[in-house]
Order: sequence, then structure tokens, then C-alpha cells
Amino acid sequence: MTWAAVLALAAGTYALKAAGPVLLGGRALPDRTMRVANLLPAALLAALIAAGGLTSDGAWALDARAGGVAAAILVAWRRGSFLMIVGVAMAVTAGTRALATLI
Amino acid sequence: MPAARAIDPIVRQALAIALAVGALGLSFGLLCADTGLGLPMSVALSTLVFAGSAQLAAVGVVADGGSALAAVAAGLLLNARSVAFGVALAPILGGRLGRRLAESHLLIDESAALAAAQSDPAAARRAFRAAGLAVLVLWNAGTVAGWLLTGAIDVEAAGLDVVIPAVFVALLAPRLDDAASRATALAGAAIALALTPVAPAGLPILLAAAGVGAGLLVARRGEAAV
Repeated sequence: MTWAAVLALAAGTYALKAAGPVLLGGRALPDRTMRVANLLPAALLAALIAAGGLTSDGAWALDARAGGVAAAILVAWRRGSFLMIVGVAMAVTAGTRALATLI
Repeated sequence: MPAARAIDPIVRQALAIALAVGALGLSFGLLCADTGLGLPMSVALSTLVFAGSAQLAAVGVVADGGSALAAVAAGLLLNARSVAFGVALAPILGGRLGRRLAESHLLIDESAALAAAQSDPAAARRAFRAAGLAVLVLWNAGTVAGWLLTGAIDVEAAGLDVVIPAVFVALLAPRLDDAASRATALAGAAIALALTPVAPAGLPILLAAAGVGAGLLVARRGEAAV
């Protein structure tokens, strides 16, 4: 990693982040666009959850994280608190790995 | 009244999120140290780039022997989704240009998600700022701690690698109260999973935005039925 690469990555990421707020910020978007914008977070968050729980290094992976994410979904569905959701996911993932080393 | 009770629930939730992300910062710091990056460069990544998955991807490429150019490309591709989050949040991120430029730096998955979970624009803006700033501080603290503690923490044994997806579960769940959102989420997850083996890292998440199409279809059918 070089400093030039760090700065290039910083400038590029910032441009990606700023595009929406700078070009469209504070403006009322047309109804149709608003409908898409309101649904976007659900699509992206679900994609991040699926990627975090079921993939590893560009391939599907079924490991201890899948169990942790499944547990998190269960706790969220039963309306558990934020910390409960994260805590249970960590405990299930860590517990599964600990069991796997015992067997 | 005890001070704890006076804390704004939005700030409390932002701090909880930041703690979780700070824990992941530990593993980023560890990765940097293992890859031979100095502490100043590791912290520069966490303050200036400030995009967890882009940083992990870029350093990961270098760790695998990739070039600096490949590292930058991987990082940018992984963070292309910021454009989609930025458009989604544009209505609440108004104000003078200077303010928009400054707040743009705080646009990360977690601040976007906490903002999107609020029901009114003022609360959404507060949530965005609180989560962005809290994560900025604790993500950097985690990076420093992880870099210094190399060899002392086992990220996988502690289950720290599941923290981020779990945070997203917690932030997505309240949004799933209508059929259109549920269809969008399912389609987004399916697209990301289907593309993961065939597309370069980052692209599956970005293209999952097309899952919105499923939600729009469901919403239209719902309107037609009424």
C-alpha cells in the first residue's frame, strides 16, 4: 500500500459518498424517485446481510456466521433489542466455533 | 432525573452501533498490522477513506500480493453503493453546500441505515449525524487498538466477524412492516447471493439495488387490489 493509493482511495470514496447529497441534497425528488429511494436501503441492507452471513471471499459459504445471522434474524423477529440481536449473533457464532474445535 | 435517562434514544442507538463497528475496527487494525502497514497509514485509511468494507477490501488485496492500483479499484467498487445510499438520503441532507460537503464524509452504511429507520426528516438527520460521528471516532479507536494489539485478539473466536451483518439485521428489521419492503429485501438478498460467485466483490451489493423493482411491483399490485 502506498500513500498515493491511500489518497486516491480517499478521494474516490468521498466522491461516491458526496454525489447524492451534493447534486440532489435537500431537493424534493419526484414521487416515483422517492418511492425507489425509500425502498433502496432495504435492498442494500438485505444484500449486505446475505453477503455477511452466507458468502466468504467471493463464494457461497455456510459457516458459523450463518448461524449467527440466523439467530440475529430470529431475535429481531421476536422484537429483541439492538444489543440483544448483536450479542446473540456473536454468542452463537463464537459458540459454534468453540464447539467445532472440541469435536 | 438521572443523566442516563436524559440521553436521546437516537444517540443511545448510535453509540451502540458505533461500539459494534469499533469492535470490527479491531480486526481492520489487525489486518493492517499483519499486512505491514504503519500505524499512521492505517489511521489515515480509517479517517480519510472512512468506509469499512472499502478499507478491508483494499488492504485485503494488498495482503494477497495485489498492486496498489488493484487495491484502489477493489475499494471503490465495494463502496459504489454509497451513491445509492446518497440518493436515498438526499432529501434529508440539504442545507448550504459546505454543510452537504461536510456531511457527505459521514455517509456510511450504518449512518444511512439508522437515518432510514427514523420516521421524520429531523430525526433522520440527527440519526445520520450521531451515527456518522460516533462510528468515525470508535472505528478509528478500534483501528488503533487492533493495530497495537496484534496477536492478542482472536477475531473469529470472539465472533466479532458477525457483528456487522447482525447490526444490519437490527437496522433492517423495523423497515419490513409492509409487503413492498419485504419483497425488496428478499430480492436484494437473492441478487447479491446469486451474483457473488460470478461478479467481482462489491458489484453484487451494488446490483442488489435492482431488488427495488420487486418492491415496486408488489406495491403496484397492492394499489390495484384496493
